[in-house]
Amino acid sequence: MISIESNNNWHDMNQLTVQEPSLKEGKPSMKLKNTAALNALKAQSLGLLENRRVTKPVTTKDAQGLPRHIMVCGGTGCHASDSPQIVNLFKEELKRRGLADQVEVLQTGCFGFCEKGPILEIHPDNTLYIQVSTDDVVDIVEEHFIQGRRLERLLYTDPKTEKSYASDLPFYHSQLRVALRNCSYIAPEDIREYIAADGYQALANVLFNMNPGEVVEVIKKSGLRGRGGGGFPTGLKWEFTRNNEAKQRYIICNADEGDPGAFMDRSILEGDPHSVLEAMLIAGSTIGATQGFIYVRAEYPLAIHRLEIAIKQARDYGLLGKGILGSDLCFDIEIKYGAGAFVCGEETALIHSIEGTRGEPCVKPPYPAQEGLWGKPTCVNNVETLANIPPIILKGADWFASIGTEKSKGTKVFALAGKINNVGLVEVPMGTTLRKIIFEIGGGIKDDKVFKAAQTGGPSGGCIPTQHLDIPIDYESLVSIGSMMGSGGLIVMDEGDCMVNIAKFFLEFSVDESCGRCTACRVGTKRLHEILIRITEGQGTLEDLDNLVELSKIVKTSSLCGLGQSAPNPILSTIEYFRDEYLAHIVDKTCPAGVCKGLLKYEITDKCVGCTLCAKKCPVSCISGKPKERYVIDQDRCIKCGACKEQCHFDAIIHH
Amino acid sequence: MSDNTSVDDLYRQLDNYIDSLPYKKENLIGVLHRAQEIFGFLPNKLQLHIAQKLDLPAAKVYGVVSFYSFFTMKPRGKHTAHICMGTACFVRGAEKLKDELEKQLGIKTGQTTEDNLFSLDSLRCIGACGLAPVIMIDGKVQSRIHKPAEVKEVLDKYREQ
Repeated sequence: MISIESNNNWHDMNQLTVQEPSLKEGKPSMKLKNTAALNALKAQSLGLLENRRVTKPVTTKDAQGLPRHIMVCGGTGCHASDSPQIVNLFKEELKRRGLADQVEVLQTGCFGFCEKGPILEIHPDNTLYIQVSTDDVVDIVEEHFIQGRRLERLLYTDPKTEKSYASDLPFYHSQLRVALRNCSYIAPEDIREYIAADGYQALANVLFNMNPGEVVEVIKKSGLRGRGGGGFPTGLKWEFTRNNEAKQRYIICNADEGDPGAFMDRSILEGDPHSVLEAMLIAGSTIGATQGFIYVRAEYPLAIHRLEIAIKQARDYGLLGKGILGSDLCFDIEIKYGAGAFVCGEETALIHSIEGTRGEPCVKPPYPAQEGLWGKPTCVNNVETLANIPPIILKGADWFASIGTEKSKGTKVFALAGKINNVGLVEVPMGTTLRKIIFEIGGGIKDDKVFKAAQTGGPSGGCIPTQHLDIPIDYESLVSIGSMMGSGGLIVMDEGDCMVNIAKFFLEFSVDESCGRCTACRVGTKRLHEILIRITEGQGTLEDLDNLVELSKIVKTSSLCGLGQSAPNPILSTIEYFRDEYLAHIVDKTCPAGVCKGLLKYEITDKCVGCTLCAKKCPVSCISGKPKERYVIDQDRCIKCGACKEQCHFDAIIHH
Repeated sequence: MSDNTSVDDLYRQLDNYIDSLPYKKENLIGVLHRAQEIFGFLPNKLQLHIAQKLDLPAAKVYGVVSFYSFFTMKPRGKHTAHICMGTACFVRGAEKLKDELEKQLGIKTGQTTEDNLFSLDSLRCIGACGLAPVIMIDGKVQSRIHKPAEVKEVLDKYREQ
């Protein structure tokens, strides 16, 4: 624990460093002294977005000679597929063709359509090109900018209708982007673009036209609930923190997105970091905090890089520091790095990690709102939750509350992945059905296979089977079918996925990530994992199945924190909906999906021509026969490595 | 760690960083991140040094290092290959990819090859789910790797360097 004095010292230190950047570089101060200065900068910056805001469509031909923008996706997926090189090549090529002054190349946040990345969009003629490679740059410049024609081969073609789209792709039809409003629309590394897109207007409104009580009321009335998984009403959290007497309070942005298969928060931080900073400022002024922390995974270097740029720019413009926009608000933000512990997504564990200790959770109450960071009232909000705050302030609680279902308002961002055609980031109103997300937005299952289950909530959630595809997604409905909203990972599985193996996968994760503090989670998840291993290896008994359910219930009710309390969910939901698969593993000793190696049986069919290749490749020499006749596998010695099946040229080897 | 930098220089770099911090003990995790950046790993001697410098019990430093999976107490190879074991990669064949990598490198996940060229580790989701299954070598994502020949091709690129 840190003493009160050192806490104060440290806080003063932060304030001292605030003025540093612009003074050190000897630049004239860029600090915005009041709302009028902010509005003046906004008016001056509007031109940056002008050709992205056209209401009347402009054809590529008509756009010739006009100022143009090429927005290249800089999200994680596209970034990994060379999008930074594409930006550089465009700059070189445009310069070579004398177009550098007319056409500007910008890197944005995630477009969402990750399956078809790298993606880029050209304005003002709104042309979206997909799967652009570094080799396409010269062609695009020639066709699009010199000839004034769309490059047809890089447009999206709907595989069902075979219609090609340059804009308004079917992928976006059912989406509503609130938290992702600026991702792919602005360049995240330029604060002026955010300001031109109404950035920091909500803050100005809160500082000069509202009192903290009114802000809390608006957030409460909007119905916004925590997007990190818990679903606690955000307005109430702010009110609790504010109502606890203290000299100092803290606001923490939880960006420790640890769910495997989830990348919503990362995309917001990369694509629109200022929206998070602005929301933290609003929260800070409302709950009475002068210091905020962003706790971000060290595995997210790009998000950290963009956050650092955003924080520096906000300080340069006087939007962080002392006397923000001429008000009496003093507020600064520091980035804290996670170090690869899933449990740190739990708020008390996260607070311990910021304090520099092992990230172990502790018993609540006291809640962080009462005694949090360094014993002070602390409000912990998730990235996506925060990204919703500025639009709620600007457009009003009623607008936000008009979207969604009775108890779950607004939109939710999902990271759609797995066996689906359109992997990507989607934002839909609460209450949208899974069927719509998977089959309309997601474009259905890959390779025309059959849908088996959708997994939400990561290691804390459950698998949702076909019969629940039409349930409107909100916090309550997902819990009622044994899953949970979680942070927004949505993994689609097809007939080729074994549900027992999936449960085993999640339990392995929970065993790895259990911090070890409470016995129920530390030992319980380990025993559950061991039983699942036995079942997938063909050693399971019917008693194991009963034990799984009983032990799961014990771990759920007696674990200290959310990790343990929800770790058995993948088991319970798969047993409920896919009991027959468990029985197949236990009683029939087969894996219907053909995944669990220990249960596979390889056989050579009559398609065999006796070429001898499989026998030569078998590492344990268990295949025998006469050349030019059907070969046979000795089942007792087979190690199920699959080498024979991989080598066979005649599809003569099957497994079941 | 480059060869022409002496260990003393590295310690000096770390000390300068610690001295520049406005607050120390509470920044233990930040210091460990920096130390791992400078030294590549966190051996006992270095942990002891950090403990003394921050005026913390060595047990506490060790407790934190061993708690977080990002920190390593063993030296790594020249290249580190991380295999993504996020759910999206898992359902698209990450387990097979892991087996293949282990086979071709002749080591298990968490180990380093004898020639110190490769370390193999797994991590949970790097957010490139559209490109699943992926491996990340020295921070660069290698996408949609399915066949043994593709694994070999990727590793060979780094072997030549």
